[in-house]
Amino acid sequence: MLESIRRILGLTWKELLAVLKDPRGRFTLLVPPVFQCLIYGYVATYDLNDVPYAVLDRDRSAASRDLVARLDGSRAFHRLADLYRTEDLKTAIDERRVLLVIGIDSDFERRLLLGQSADVQAIADGRNSNTAGTALGYVGAVVTAFNADWRAAHGQGGSQVRVASRAWYNPNLETRWHMIPSLIGTLTLLQTLLLTAMSVAREREEGTFDQLLVTPFRPVEIMAGKALPSLLIGFVQATNILLVAQLWFQIPFAGSFLTLYTGLSLFLLAAVGIGLLVSSIAATMQQAMLYSFLVMMPFALLSGLATPVSSMPEVLQEFTRVNPLRYAIDIAERVYLEGAGLDLLVPDLWPLALIAIVTLATASWLFRHRVT
Amino acid sequence: MNATSRSRQRGFAAKQRRVWSLVRKETQQIVRDPSSIAVGVVLPVILILVFGYGLSLDVKNVPVAVVLEDPSPDAVELAAGFQLSPYFEARLLTSMSRARELMLARQVDGIVRIRPDFARHLSQGDAEVQVLVHGTDANKARIIQIYAQGAVGQWTARRAAEGKDVAAGPVMVRDRIWFNEANDSHHFLVPGLVVLVMTLIGALLTAMVMAREWERGTLESLFVTPVRIDEVLLGKTIPYFALGMVGLSLCLLAARFLFQIPVRGSVWVLAGGSMLYLLVALGIGLLISTATKSQFVASQVTMLVSFLPAFMLSGFLFDLRSMPAVVRAITTILPARYYVAILQTVFLAGDVWGVIVPNAAVLAVMAAVVLLLSRAITRKKLD
Repeated sequence: MLESIRRILGLTWKELLAVLKDPRGRFTLLVPPVFQCLIYGYVATYDLNDVPYAVLDRDRSAASRDLVARLDGSRAFHRLADLYRTEDLKTAIDERRVLLVIGIDSDFERRLLLGQSADVQAIADGRNSNTAGTALGYVGAVVTAFNADWRAAHGQGGSQVRVASRAWYNPNLETRWHMIPSLIGTLTLLQTLLLTAMSVAREREEGTFDQLLVTPFRPVEIMAGKALPSLLIGFVQATNILLVAQLWFQIPFAGSFLTLYTGLSLFLLAAVGIGLLVSSIAATMQQAMLYSFLVMMPFALLSGLATPVSSMPEVLQEFTRVNPLRYAIDIAERVYLEGAGLDLLVPDLWPLALIAIVTLATASWLFRHRVT
Repeated sequence: MNATSRSRQRGFAAKQRRVWSLVRKETQQIVRDPSSIAVGVVLPVILILVFGYGLSLDVKNVPVAVVLEDPSPDAVELAAGFQLSPYFEARLLTSMSRARELMLARQVDGIVRIRPDFARHLSQGDAEVQVLVHGTDANKARIIQIYAQGAVGQWTARRAAEGKDVAAGPVMVRDRIWFNEANDSHHFLVPGLVVLVMTLIGALLTAMVMAREWERGTLESLFVTPVRIDEVLLGKTIPYFALGMVGLSLCLLAARFLFQIPVRGSVWVLAGGSMLYLLVALGIGLLISTATKSQFVASQVTMLVSFLPAFMLSGFLFDLRSMPAVVRAITTILPARYYVAILQTVFLAGDVWGVIVPNAAVLAVMAAVVLLLSRAITRKKLD
């Protein structure tokens, strides 16, 4: 037993050296995750803070100018142009110069003063319909505020119903608070899986795997020796990203680090298991790499990182049950923002454990299978 | 004179033959290696299915709890408005504590609370509906808020139409989303998929293949044959270019016939833009492999500089307008950004030359630069 542990540690040490002694290997493993976390932390947002828009104000009255001034003042918008003809509206949007055109009819103020309702047209570029929807939502909010003030100023009564919104766990609804905890799992998965898959494939391609097999190592020991270094590197990467989230973006951490790391270790085991499974199937490094991609792409896309799992069709929601990243993102998010404890996370933890056990067992069986 | 032109002609024929045999060798390698086929054909198909069916930013049937604490007809009518809305799957409750439990267990994504004094406040002219959303997924939460506002707005409009005394307006927003009237996120996600597929085939596959030849030393042995550098590069790029076009055709067919995404511009413009981008991607793949000469490092670098940026920084998922100026400056050196602009315009808006020409020009310049650069680097490394 002790002998076995010694052998595993020896192999682990050798693996770590193989990966880390190459300065380029060291660099690609440690620097990019931090760098990516920084960039994507800024990029991965659906919030709009710079919507270029144009106004086609046919009324040019005090009321219409007030409305436009409110849009200008809302920080999310900046006015690029004042249009005078309807034709200009089309080119402005077609050529992507503006995202939004606000059209105000020439009888705008007159109708308002008569106590009638007046229309404001808002035309958005739907080439990215999510952005368009968000921008129109902002316009709606500005107009609602305008209405309330207009009614108050002109003594127009009528009972009104306000919607008072409040968001739990993320009061300002910052996308970043959702994205960065999710990146801990995503970035770690990408590299851990690839690293594990490539390590066995490299030995196979260079012919050293056969040499390893004739040593007193048992297949399980070889597997453990391959898994441990990836686990360690995975932990280091996750910690780095966590540090960026804490120190740079200062996202409030509501839960406990112990809980987060418990979840992470199960997640990393599952990721390494999948990597070993891929490497036991692949014959060359190229195959290992490409198969890893084949696995990672659906995992990353169907994880809830970019689009919510609940918006997916039933069949694919079922598929996400075998996706370790989905659970990791859920754990990171809930520990981070909700401060969830281990008891609340059980529905995420046991599937991860199951994935780890199944993939590691299958991989070790395949190793042995290949031996005989 | 005649002799030189004849020998030049013969030289050209030999060159053609050499390139052709390299292309044939590479093609056989692609066909025989299951992993190349997997990336060239299987991965595009998986991506098409995942993108077309799996990814959606449209929020529909959101589970919400409607807590009705006021039994008055006005309040009941408002609650019914939420139940009728196609965006919500409303569960009518009478106690707030039960709703909280459901929200904590994430059985519902939001709570709409109509307080006991709702009708009384309404008659006084100022009533409030409380909307609580689960904020961990901020984008979704915001969409829910907008829908809730919409449901209340519709209820107000209905009451106004019935002649009841409510304050609707006075200004109403009539909004329209051009190019995507149905507000369906697939219309912009599926064109984005084309970028990912082309990047995978162009950059990743090429980088891996060339790096393998460097690693095994087979490229150097190629150099002692009469084959010249640009012939080797041509022999490598032609098969992967063809594979990329297969991937593109698959994506286009799926977009058109499986997901009914309109192609409002011309297919030829689309194909032309795609070829330019594919050349850039191939060039990047060649560059990376020559610079790294190791499959492992090449694979990691390709991921970092081509694939992930194409996913995150190209503007197909996250809008460039939301990014801070520094990051936006970085995106100007990314080819994917220009390709996405062409794709979204040709798919959804039509042949708007004001968008297509500048973006295509940038891609053409980039293609020339990376291809020439990879040729220069490969030559230098021979010494």
